[in-house]
Amino acid sequence: MDATPRYNEKVVRQFALVTVFWGIIGMAVGVLIAAQLLFPSLNFDIPWLTYSRLRPLHTNAVIFAFGGSGLFATSYYVVQRTCHAGLFGDRFKLAAFTFWGWQAAIVGAVISLPLGLTQGKEYAELIWPIDILIAVVWVVYAIVFFGTIVKRKTKHIYVANWFFGGYVLAVALLHIVNSIQIPTSWTHSYPVYSGAVDAMVQWWYGHNAVGFFLTAGFLGMMYYFVPKQAGRPIYSYRLSVVHFWALISVYMWAGPHHLHYTSLPEWAQSLGMAFSLILLAPSWGGMINGILTLSGAWHKLRDDPIIRFLIVSLSFYGMATFEGPMMSIKTVNALSHYTDWTIGHVHAGALGWVAFITIGSLYALIPRLYGKTQMYSVKAISLHFWVATIGVVLYIAAMWISGVMQGLMWGASNPDGTLTYSFIQALQATYPYYAVRLLGGLLFLAGMVIMAWNTWRTISGPHSVAQTAPATA
Amino acid sequence: MSNFWSVFITVLALANIVGCFLLIRWTAKPRPGEASADETTGHVWDGDLMEYNKPMPRWWLWLFYLTIIFALGYLVLYPGLGKFQGLLGWSQYDAYEEQVAEVEQRVAPLFAEYAATPIPALAENSDAMDTGRRLFANNCAVCHGSDARGATGYPNLTDNDWLYGGAPETITQTILNGRSGMMPGWKPVLGEDGVKEVAAYVYQLNGRTSPNPELVEAGKERFAATCVGCHGMDGTGNQAIGAPNLTDDVWLHGGSIEQIRDIVANGRTNQMPAHADLLGEDRVHVLAAYVYSLSHPDGAASAPSDSE
Repeated sequence: MDATPRYNEKVVRQFALVTVFWGIIGMAVGVLIAAQLLFPSLNFDIPWLTYSRLRPLHTNAVIFAFGGSGLFATSYYVVQRTCHAGLFGDRFKLAAFTFWGWQAAIVGAVISLPLGLTQGKEYAELIWPIDILIAVVWVVYAIVFFGTIVKRKTKHIYVANWFFGGYVLAVALLHIVNSIQIPTSWTHSYPVYSGAVDAMVQWWYGHNAVGFFLTAGFLGMMYYFVPKQAGRPIYSYRLSVVHFWALISVYMWAGPHHLHYTSLPEWAQSLGMAFSLILLAPSWGGMINGILTLSGAWHKLRDDPIIRFLIVSLSFYGMATFEGPMMSIKTVNALSHYTDWTIGHVHAGALGWVAFITIGSLYALIPRLYGKTQMYSVKAISLHFWVATIGVVLYIAAMWISGVMQGLMWGASNPDGTLTYSFIQALQATYPYYAVRLLGGLLFLAGMVIMAWNTWRTISGPHSVAQTAPATA
Repeated sequence: MSNFWSVFITVLALANIVGCFLLIRWTAKPRPGEASADETTGHVWDGDLMEYNKPMPRWWLWLFYLTIIFALGYLVLYPGLGKFQGLLGWSQYDAYEEQVAEVEQRVAPLFAEYAATPIPALAENSDAMDTGRRLFANNCAVCHGSDARGATGYPNLTDNDWLYGGAPETITQTILNGRSGMMPGWKPVLGEDGVKEVAAYVYQLNGRTSPNPELVEAGKERFAATCVGCHGMDGTGNQAIGAPNLTDDVWLHGGSIEQIRDIVANGRTNQMPAHADLLGEDRVHVLAAYVYSLSHPDGAASAPSDSE
């Protein structure tokens, strides 16, 4: 195995850079709509800038543009390095097609969502022509990824690739099934499902987008970059097998917990809750395996801000995956549903876990992609870490408090059977927390700007070391 | 749900749960030939990536077992496995109805006492008005405002100017059964010039100076021919059909000359929804007393404020 495989690093570089770019765009839109909740006049009476249209732009940009590009970059990088093989289909420019196709879909979202063109399904708002583009790109992605696995030079498939593979397959299934629509025009369509079935399909999709896109995919990232950066073997192969199979089988059932106390049949609600609770241990398996990989090398936490990003991301992952099963319990859900608690929970996952693991991984990845030993400024990484951590904590704490407060205020009643508070009173009480949330979001966005600066200085500086051939086993 | 799907879902759900149990039972202890706790599995990727094969933490395994036991217990007690309703026979619909019935039973004597009290007297009962204020905040404030002063298209309830009348029983009727206000658009009949003339006349009915004094006379004639049926000869309206008084300073849909022209030309349809089914007669009685109290501030009750 002397021949050095021809790794496709161009597509990894492209995806890595747009990850930073879309991160800033998506989070900036988030900051704007957070400010609109405090100051509604910030939509300037322009329809394209109204909260209702920018909110799906924020979620799509952060999940699919920022998170998606980060997953493309790291999965392409990791699958090549751990298979000791170049990407499958490079002769036909398949990977390049996924890059430009994915960017085209994102640009389509950036145009269509502010215009008010939507399918009205949360996290699946994009209209059907864009859906078809995404489906094609994703199938090609699967061909590239699994083609590379097939032509691997290593005997065993590395654990990160199981998770990436599970995420690629499941997202294809979820996206295609949930997006089956009957077009009535180029920009409008009707879903083939109706009523409670449509709601169930939507939240089967929605919850597994969390489970496979935002969990399994980023666990793949974790299983490469944590041991790599720590310079330690993964804690337990056995644990990774068990939590992988448990995670992917159990997640599929958990969607109905988004529809507690609705017209969804009760058996589906109960199964959603029961499986959500079983999901706790499989979810934590990944956290345990990641954190214990570091045991024996805790001093690195002091010296290496990248390790700090990775470990804190695992902590937030553990928090969010504990919180999720708790919130799926019907009694808790009766308090938490429709409140800001849900927003806090989502951001514990999206900022604390997804963004932190992506940022940490990119700080490890970008210098290697550009032939550097490390980022231009390690101090800037450290600064980014603290700014982002304070931002997340402020954001989540504010939403927790306001969410629980809203739930209690909405449910409070008097001895005469009337509600104690009107809706507007609960809204007024939420304002201070909206302000804290805005501050937290601003800090997190500021961290991304620091990252963009550091990335630019890293890639524009002189090449310090030549692109080294990968070590082969 | 057909028997097939009931069995299907039950088998699939139990198979997955039991599968999880078997998975951890099967892998909890190392088998012969596996790497021991301190060795790596021997595989190396990308230069230095390796794996230990340490045992899974015991507390984690116990957590896994516990959640499986809880889930199975839950599915025995609550509806989940297909058609099986669970041993407790619990249902969200029954739970809701029981809770509502429990509250209804608890508050029934109170509201019965209020129902027996005439509205003007009830309006001076501060406990009843506290209840009324909360009912108003949660059912009426969305349109009429937290302070009940209304907005364009939504009547002000504090000013003693009434579309349908402010007698206690009229207010009760308005809340119970709702109202449908309909002013037809007159542009097809009057033409654009006619609309301008009528608007010029209506504008000055409450004593203002019309911006188009030259049109007022013509407007008066057209008003007498077209509008008096509902608004009356003198423009003071007719509460029996909810036709507004045009001679006061209250303009539900706006009182500028442009707005008046638009209303005359295109008409307005306005709806107060019925609340009998939503709130029931006893609560509406308290609510009517509260609304009554808003325009009769001599009583104990006062208008609600935002700070409360």
